[in-house]
Amino acid sequence: MKFFKPDQYVIYYKGYPKLYIRVKPIFWWLKKWSSFFFILREMTSLAVGFYAIVLILMINAINQGPEAYAEFQTWLKSPISMALHLLALALALYHSITWFNLAPKAMVIQIGTNKVPGFIISGLNYGAWVALSALLGWFLLN
Amino acid sequence: MSSKITLEVFRYNPENDEEPSFQSYEVPCNKDWVILDALNYIKDDLDGTLSYRWSCRMGVCGSCGMMINNEPILTCAAFLKDYLPGPIRIEPLDHFPVVKDLIIEMSDFVEKLKRVKPWIIREEEPSLSEGGYNQTPAQLAAYKQYSMCINCMLCYSACPVYGLEPEFLGPAAIALAQRYNYDNRDQGKKERENVISQDDGIWQCTFVGECSAVCPKNVDPAGAIQRYKVESTTNWWKSVLMPWGNK
Amino acid sequence: MKKSNEPFWWALFGAGGTLSAFFIPILLFLYGLAFPLGWLAEPSYEELRSLLASPITKLFLFALIFLSLFHWAHRFRFTLYDGLQVKHLNELIAVICYGGALFGTLAAGWILFI
Repeated sequence: MKFFKPDQYVIYYKGYPKLYIRVKPIFWWLKKWSSFFFILREMTSLAVGFYAIVLILMINAINQGPEAYAEFQTWLKSPISMALHLLALALALYHSITWFNLAPKAMVIQIGTNKVPGFIISGLNYGAWVALSALLGWFLLN
Repeated sequence: MSSKITLEVFRYNPENDEEPSFQSYEVPCNKDWVILDALNYIKDDLDGTLSYRWSCRMGVCGSCGMMINNEPILTCAAFLKDYLPGPIRIEPLDHFPVVKDLIIEMSDFVEKLKRVKPWIIREEEPSLSEGGYNQTPAQLAAYKQYSMCINCMLCYSACPVYGLEPEFLGPAAIALAQRYNYDNRDQGKKERENVISQDDGIWQCTFVGECSAVCPKNVDPAGAIQRYKVESTTNWWKSVLMPWGNK
Repeated sequence: MKKSNEPFWWALFGAGGTLSAFFIPILLFLYGLAFPLGWLAEPSYEELRSLLASPITKLFLFALIFLSLFHWAHRFRFTLYDGLQVKHLNELIAVICYGGALFGTLAAGWILFI
């Protein structure tokens, strides 16, 4: 099924009267596991956006008083909130893992003729993640 | 060890065909044969009309790239026995127009390579009497990885962004630009910046990473692109926040 | 050629991705699952209120929300463009994504600082 013909190839028709152009199907990302996981990685942004909105709603509830916050807490206990949060947590974790694994690609440090191995940079990021989470967790629980 | 394996090969003859078709060939499955050997066997003994590109047969020329079971691979590097029991589907490289059979039209790729000015740019050339440029091993190491590209176009076939937006500059071209940007002999970074830091340059890349995954020479074009994104962003913010710097 | 303005959005995307990668999992786990399910003792309303009054908390939460929203906007915009190939709606999608993120940011600024 051809539904998009790139016009750029027209200039190369000189000498080649009948180039065959294959078009990427709209569900190209379902053809390979690597493509699927790429789109999944990009979809983690929905979880990030979702939680930003939840935070806005939570802060708003706190601002409006204890009854509003209690209502918000009740919603948090509902099955739909639980399901959304569970899904969002899975996606957020996938985002964090893929983000820290890719960090060394953007930040290359050369010492002499060698480059600092990727796992060190990733490792430092993971370490910071654990430390910051523990710090925040401890702070909120006390 | 079975003695035969089937290859399903993409056929397209622009003189006769409106649509491509697949033709099956049975080739002997010798234990040290690569897919290129199988294709040569087909051309020599079974069907002389099959057309495809190849040259060095040892992974340095970049001519024999094709889609093997939907993965862009150099056919001189893919062993038949790894694909047993078969059949093996052989198609021309994705994201390029097909000229005939397994041959693709690559002018777009060549034009993009030229666009990034892949040569040493200097404000002033030193005279011959001053001798050549000397480089320490560390200076060489800064760009060596990006110089290993054999222009095989597997990365363009793997890149979904290039497949969906053909105006994208592409992994190999940007890695080539970086090869010169990180070369201490070169002074042309600013000139190249106008070419690569465009909406159809690095900013179209969404860091899928497939380009680096399929590269037979470990050039890591995805890394080259991400490093340039960081650098270009830093430069952009510097020029916005501190516009008194020289342009 | 005209200078691209993508670095602006990409910087927000990168900062948002980093902040969200560090802080969203723990916050989501605590406030979305652990506290509602009673696995851990949650802070009282008064404690939360006094926490929110602190300028450091306000700034941190504002930065987290602002950058997370723009991280989503940039990434989602490109995913729609590549994954669903809605090229012809490119301008509209950009406006909806970045506009939506801006709206959320303004809302966060309002409830945090005003």
